[in-house]
Amino acid sequence: MIPTPNLSHLTAKDFERVYEPAEDTFLLLDALENDAEDLKSSRPLICLEIGSGSGCVSAFIGTILGPSSALYLCTDINTHACQCTVATGRQNKVCLESVGTYLDRSLHTRLKHRVDLLIFNPPYVPTDSVEAESAQSSPAIASAWAGGINGMELTNTFLKLAPELLAPQGRFYLVAVKENNIPRILAAMLNEHDLAGKVVLQRRAGREHLHILRFEKQGSQVQT
Amino acid sequence: MVRLITHNLLSCHAKGCTTNNFPLQFKDAEIEHREADFNPEFIRGLLPKIEWKALVDTAKELGDTSLPYEQPEMMDDELLKTLHHVLLEMHVEEGQMICPNCNHVYPISNGIPNMLLAEHEIA
Ligand SMILES: C[S@@+](CC[C@H](N)C(=O)[O-])C[C@H]1O[C@@H](n2cnc3c(N)ncnc32)[C@H](O)[C@@H]1O
Ligand SMILES: [Zn+2]
Repeated sequence: MIPTPNLSHLTAKDFERVYEPAEDTFLLLDALENDAEDLKSSRPLICLEIGSGSGCVSAFIGTILGPSSALYLCTDINTHACQCTVATGRQNKVCLESVGTYLDRSLHTRLKHRVDLLIFNPPYVPTDSVEAESAQSSPAIASAWAGGINGMELTNTFLKLAPELLAPQGRFYLVAVKENNIPRILAAMLNEHDLAGKVVLQRRAGREHLHILRFEKQGSQVQT
Repeated sequence: MVRLITHNLLSCHAKGCTTNNFPLQFKDAEIEHREADFNPEFIRGLLPKIEWKALVDTAKELGDTSLPYEQPEMMDDELLKTLHHVLLEMHVEEGQMICPNCNHVYPISNGIPNMLLAEHEIA
């Protein structure tokens, strides 16, 4: 058992502005824990989490891989989330390198084909486009979940960027719900980007049917 | 925390700014040194991903001249330790990063670089 990161330094007040780890977060942690041995033996050097929120997921990865074995980059559009991410790193003795930005902007150019472990738990809840756009333009708690049409507006943007970020042996974990149309995501990534993906874990939590998708470059050596 | 490893991976992404947009230049940087565990394997792994000249120039801007100007072919333990310090132990907590091309200012506050752009600045 890998311990869940200690978040006792974050308060209810923080969670008014920053996404509090929930079932989606924990399912992602479970998927990473299932792959822990594999992840360790693939020796990732650069990890990048988009939308790190509380920093819980990256702190967990830091615990799996070891604080001095990799660089843990985190982005979030919400600068309060960036603060929480750094604090969670400190609390769990992992240095989380937090950057306030939209998706991977400002990092994309230099990180092309260099990211060994890529993580995104996006705002995936279907809403109308206007709601998603206003959540994106004034980052607050709504930007943690408002996903626009099919819950896919931001995810679709990132799915075009992700293949270019991944190192040849890189892996990408994505959280999705049924409404996101998972078969369509998998088909598009394979056909348009040559990225093979599969559902590695799924769970029903209340109204949400949560899935963890894992993508690897075609012809990658990593066996499952 | 903006450590130099992270700084070495950031470039300006303002509208139309596509050349000479790296490395960003520090201004009014407040630096804290925090010890980190030395892992030579990790530093060796990072090396091919680093822009050496940008790293040396930036360290110099921040008052650290411990790195050689040309990237040495052989990395001995001492040099790896120097790199470890420059890349991972110097934290810029406050200040600004300025694009050498378009002069866009990216503020750093509480150790967090704010790379967000306003709508009209986005490419
Ligand atoms: C569902 S929450 C996940 C938070 C955390 N990773 C977790 O698993 O608990 C989505 C996160 O994405 C962030 N986010 C939303 N839009 C973003 C964007 N355009 N770029 C970067 N982060 C974004 C939100 O602020 C929020 O922290
Ligand atoms: Zn610029």
